[in-house]
Amino acid sequence: MRALVIGGVLAGLFMLAALVSFVWVPHDVEALDIANRLKAPGDGYVLGTDHFGRDVLSMVMVGARVSIAVALVAVGIGMGLGVPLGLAAAAARGSLLDEAIMRGNDLVFAFPSLLIAILITAVFGPSALNAIIAIGIFNVPVFARVTRGAALSLWTREFILAARTAGKGRARISAEHILPNVANLLIVQGTIQFSLGILAEAGLSYVGLGAQPPTPSWGRMLAEAQTMISFAPHLALVPGLSIVMTVLGLNLMGDGLRDILDPRIRRVRA
Amino acid sequence: MRYLTAAAFACLAGAAAAQQTDITIGMQLEPPHLDPTSAAAAAIDEVVYANVYEGLTRFGPDGSVLPGLAESWEIADDGLSYSFTLREGVTFHDGAALTADDVVFSLDRARAEESTNAQKALFDAIDEVTAVDDLIVEITLKQPNGALLFNLAWGDAVIIDESDVDTLTTSPVGTGPFMFSDWVEGDRVELVRYPDYWGEPVALEAATFKFISDPTAAFAAMMAGDIDAFPVYPAPENLAQFEADPRFTVLVGSTEGETILAMNNGLAPFDDVKVREAVAHAIDRQAVIDGAMFGYGTPIGTHFAPHNPAYVDLTDLSNHDPEKARTLLAEAGYPDGFTTTLKLPPPSYARRGGEIIASQLRAVGIQTEITNLEWAQWLEEVFRGKDFGLTIVSHTEPMDIGIYARPDYYFQYDDPAFRAMNTQLNEIVDPSERNEVLKAMQERIAENYVNGYLFQLAKTGVADARIEGLWQNSPTQANDLTGVRWTE
Repeated sequence: MRALVIGGVLAGLFMLAALVSFVWVPHDVEALDIANRLKAPGDGYVLGTDHFGRDVLSMVMVGARVSIAVALVAVGIGMGLGVPLGLAAAAARGSLLDEAIMRGNDLVFAFPSLLIAILITAVFGPSALNAIIAIGIFNVPVFARVTRGAALSLWTREFILAARTAGKGRARISAEHILPNVANLLIVQGTIQFSLGILAEAGLSYVGLGAQPPTPSWGRMLAEAQTMISFAPHLALVPGLSIVMTVLGLNLMGDGLRDILDPRIRRVRA
Repeated sequence: MRYLTAAAFACLAGAAAAQQTDITIGMQLEPPHLDPTSAAAAAIDEVVYANVYEGLTRFGPDGSVLPGLAESWEIADDGLSYSFTLREGVTFHDGAALTADDVVFSLDRARAEESTNAQKALFDAIDEVTAVDDLIVEITLKQPNGALLFNLAWGDAVIIDESDVDTLTTSPVGTGPFMFSDWVEGDRVELVRYPDYWGEPVALEAATFKFISDPTAAFAAMMAGDIDAFPVYPAPENLAQFEADPRFTVLVGSTEGETILAMNNGLAPFDDVKVREAVAHAIDRQAVIDGAMFGYGTPIGTHFAPHNPAYVDLTDLSNHDPEKARTLLAEAGYPDGFTTTLKLPPPSYARRGGEIIASQLRAVGIQTEITNLEWAQWLEEVFRGKDFGLTIVSHTEPMDIGIYARPDYYFQYDDPAFRAMNTQLNEIVDPSERNEVLKAMQERIAENYVNGYLFQLAKTGVADARIEGLWQNSPTQANDLTGVRWTE
């Protein structure tokens, strides 16, 4: 429970910053002010300015928006495709369809995800949209496996048998009985994938394959700060800590949610 | 504690006694191969020019043209024939003696129809190269050419031995003070002293060129002492730290690199001179120099190096005036601006400069879509494919205003009047007359706002403070090590 609260507060802080950035930021992030470059934190700018004189706080706020949007949509793609696939595989257990889906998953799983994401964005051009697609594709097998695994054990339960004897089709049972019972797991997995998505987005923009300038992104802020770390450490620390805190927060949240939602753990406690 | 200090002193004394005779030079880009006569890559010349290969003439550290393999030359009164006398006792690294035939072969090969020389235009004026005897070469010209001695000093005009032609790209054999020893691809090229060098023996016994593309790694390698000198240091933001550190000297000089915001003159809306003028007025050069280069660089108003005597300061023609830029855009029929592409190669002048310029253009209503490209992609899409609206690049060849006379060059400036000036220039031998034409050419392209002229790239190098003899300026792409030595 404590993990959930701490995690929720950390992640919520950055979500709030991202939401606020839609209506207000301290300074325009696209306006460069060369005369005021490399200001230390506090000197008229809460978190200082970067090498172009942009306000670091504003950049982190807008960067949060980019990171969260990319990760959120990527998880959405993963769930939207992976969950139906997993349900179908479980419903048709042992059939050719099941084999095809699961071996397809293995195929995607066999590649290191970040490497393929780099390949995709390198081939189709670097942009936030391509980063979303690249990260999203790798979320599909994760959700498909989790769904299938949980659904398989449900299919042997009495209430499913009852539904079948009542004449419900496999598709309808999957939607009406299986899905609600695996939702808990999916929420937990979704939170964890969300944090991995933020990490992946930061990694891609670090190598220049994420959102393109002038849109700020945490990964690119880090990459640009690298050569200035010895005389302007705040430029690397601020986006770096933002990534750490968001990912940590989401992971803690995922752990906390699992403690509450997972029926097995709940039973042990009780 | 005392023992420790004593030990430290002993170490220092030991290091001082055995004077270092090798050097490790850092470079950002690795050469694609090592033949300067068949590719434009600056990295090739930065390894082999003056070290491994020499030409009839050569560039000095200040950009002047000095005798190279040719000891002296005579120019006929009509300016149509040059007679070069070669030095005696010059040998290639494989032992073969340099003869007039080698010069004939090298120059004929460079200007041949099927030649892959990257600067073939250098040899355009040459009609015939003949060997009079073993040590005298005569070059006859189609028309007088005042730039011949200058042209022959380029790395693209070095003298090679016919028997080595097939292996030039991997194991170069030249006449210079260093001979090629090893190339570990992706890491370094090693050279060793050539004992039978014709000229004054060099102080260094061995030289290693190490390739480090990442600026952060370059910083760490310098600080750790893995690299003795980084003549073109990639991160200007770190120079202040090197300056403050007594172990290093920072060499700030000039280069031949005119850094420009190139506009695609063949593509709407940049085919309209009013639009180009508007772009030129939208740019605040000083902000670009400060923001992208941390203050290193000299503003330019035309495509010409400010340290050249023929330079005209035309920066006022395209002063920073956003109001005027907006008016010009409205006159050109774009009151609300337009959207174009801005394609950026990897160097920080382009990547950082691009972001600054994008913001300055946005202020007058021009929206840019920034794409960051690797060099190979940039050459393919922008340089060869001409698929761009705007791009930023530094033209590092010396005296390259002639590229504006080539309508098929990537920025596609097609101007018969300029081409006529260029033809006229090539026929003039007298230096002061040449300068007059050069001035007119600079004015012509500045008044036509062909490109946005940003700044002359500074040569910002870092070296161990005990090294002397490195070039401070960069009159050509080279790391000439002939005069380099350790002082302690």
